[in-house]
Amino acid sequence: MAKNRFTKTNFLWLLLIIVSYFLINLLINIGIINKVYQTVMLTIGINIILAISLNLIIGITGQFSLGHAGFMSIGAYSTGVIVKQMGGNLSSVFIGMAVGILLSSIVALIVAIPTLRLKGDYLAIATLGFGEIIRIVIQNMKITNGAAGLVLPKLLDWKLVFLFLVISTFIVVAFTNSAPGRACISVREDEIASETMGINTTKYKIMAFVIGAILASIAGTLYASSFYVIKPDNFSFNKSIDILVIVVFGGMGSYTGSFVSALLIGILNTSLQSFADIRTIIYGALLVMIMIFRPQGILGNYEFKFSNLLKRFNKKEARS
Amino acid sequence: MTVLETKNLTRNFGGLAAVSNVSLKINKGELVGLIGPNGAGKTTLFNLLTGVYEPSEGSIELLVNDSMKSIGGLKPYTITNLGIARTFQNIRLFKELTVLDNIKVGMNKNIKYGAISAILRLPKYYVEENRVHDEALKLLEVVNLLDKKDELAKNLPYGEQRKLEIARALATNPRVLFLDEPAAGMNPNETQELTNLIRQIKNEFDLTVILIEHDMSLVMNVCERIYVLDYGKLIAQGNPESIKNNKKVIEAYLGED
Repeated sequence: MAKNRFTKTNFLWLLLIIVSYFLINLLINIGIINKVYQTVMLTIGINIILAISLNLIIGITGQFSLGHAGFMSIGAYSTGVIVKQMGGNLSSVFIGMAVGILLSSIVALIVAIPTLRLKGDYLAIATLGFGEIIRIVIQNMKITNGAAGLVLPKLLDWKLVFLFLVISTFIVVAFTNSAPGRACISVREDEIASETMGINTTKYKIMAFVIGAILASIAGTLYASSFYVIKPDNFSFNKSIDILVIVVFGGMGSYTGSFVSALLIGILNTSLQSFADIRTIIYGALLVMIMIFRPQGILGNYEFKFSNLLKRFNKKEARS
Repeated sequence: MTVLETKNLTRNFGGLAAVSNVSLKINKGELVGLIGPNGAGKTTLFNLLTGVYEPSEGSIELLVNDSMKSIGGLKPYTITNLGIARTFQNIRLFKELTVLDNIKVGMNKNIKYGAISAILRLPKYYVEENRVHDEALKLLEVVNLLDKKDELAKNLPYGEQRKLEIARALATNPRVLFLDEPAAGMNPNETQELTNLIRQIKNEFDLTVILIEHDMSLVMNVCERIYVLDYGKLIAQGNPESIKNNKKVIEAYLGED
């Protein structure tokens, strides 16, 4: 069974993307998804991008990073500053995105080379420190308007977020299902065995880290151009933890899990809005329950694949 | 022709010399056994030769393109890329990957496309993935695991995990293969099967094999030459017959009277 581009499953994925696009479009047009829900949708979309990119680093490559919000803020502020300088139009968003990608990949490289030699807790603390450094730097720069942050026009609608969600998902899935992706998983599974299989583990850790950082920066750009205000506090340690919670909740190493959990957490947060006082208590209690009853996350490392679905379908047909 | 040579190889852990002054010479195409009581330093020696540890003193040289190249202290992946592969005493498979993907990880260094081609799904990706897929299946056929290709490595029975580890080592396309206690925990039937497999792959892949083993029937049966380690030092070497009757070896295993 030779692999190529034009398989049934690829076609089904394309179909799913197109159908969901038109479905969302329809729901917005007939008013079922109102302005409030649209904002929720944007948040969920951006959170999914953040979660799958962190999942690539933590779940796939096994490197515990707590600095994801740092990379997000690089993207957000690159976009924010450029939009401020160039005036608010869509092209400045894309220039901001490009600058963000460039900056975050450079910063990721600089951070990765010394820190990825560390393991486990040490790496977590190092990346946590890095995230805070970025925040403090932004807080003290003139061009970013310090702690007050930047006020920006809303330049994106959900369609672009949808587009970049599709692109980001494609990137992480395509990377994971390839030779470099397998190398990353082997690093997670057993670093010593991986090295003796001829794999330069540092190189693949850096690769995953940089790709994750780039995607987080894209999410930052989308955030900056959707939510009017960006402040350094939006990208604090808490944001990194929020993203981590989505990843762990959904299942480390499962992109499907990140999708499901970002959706559930997004819906949960919105529906608990009316109980603002006890919201965090309910939220926290739910997380504790999940960790007790399903420590591997909602989906563990299950990945939704059309090929599995087709197989099951064919089996059923053969039986009847 | 010498393929691998160590001179006065020593590794200290604090005050303990786990491997001390070991000089050995392995010829091309040989099947050499490395034996010794528990804690003699056999695995440490393997770890030195494969780059997991750096030597404290001494040199390791490997035949690369018809000349001897010093490999002491190089990174494990560099050494693997120069043609040494190994298995582990306590199996170190990639447990959550399928049997097939375990093999493909081993082939990684021979896959000629990078992250960009993978992400953009360039034609190169498909060509290489299909090639690797076919070659991996061939390797699985050699170790008789073809029907298990889609199982997760952790779900294989013990004996098959050992075989998969050997196949994964072969996937790196080695010239020298180190096997660290390949028969540990196997019953006599499985050991016999393994013996045949070792002979078969040695011929088929034109390998030099060095194995650590406690199962003396296996060692005496397949090895052409044996080195004996005790307390980190080489105490004897020779063909199986002479090792069997060597006084020092008997002392090391049974103690002095």
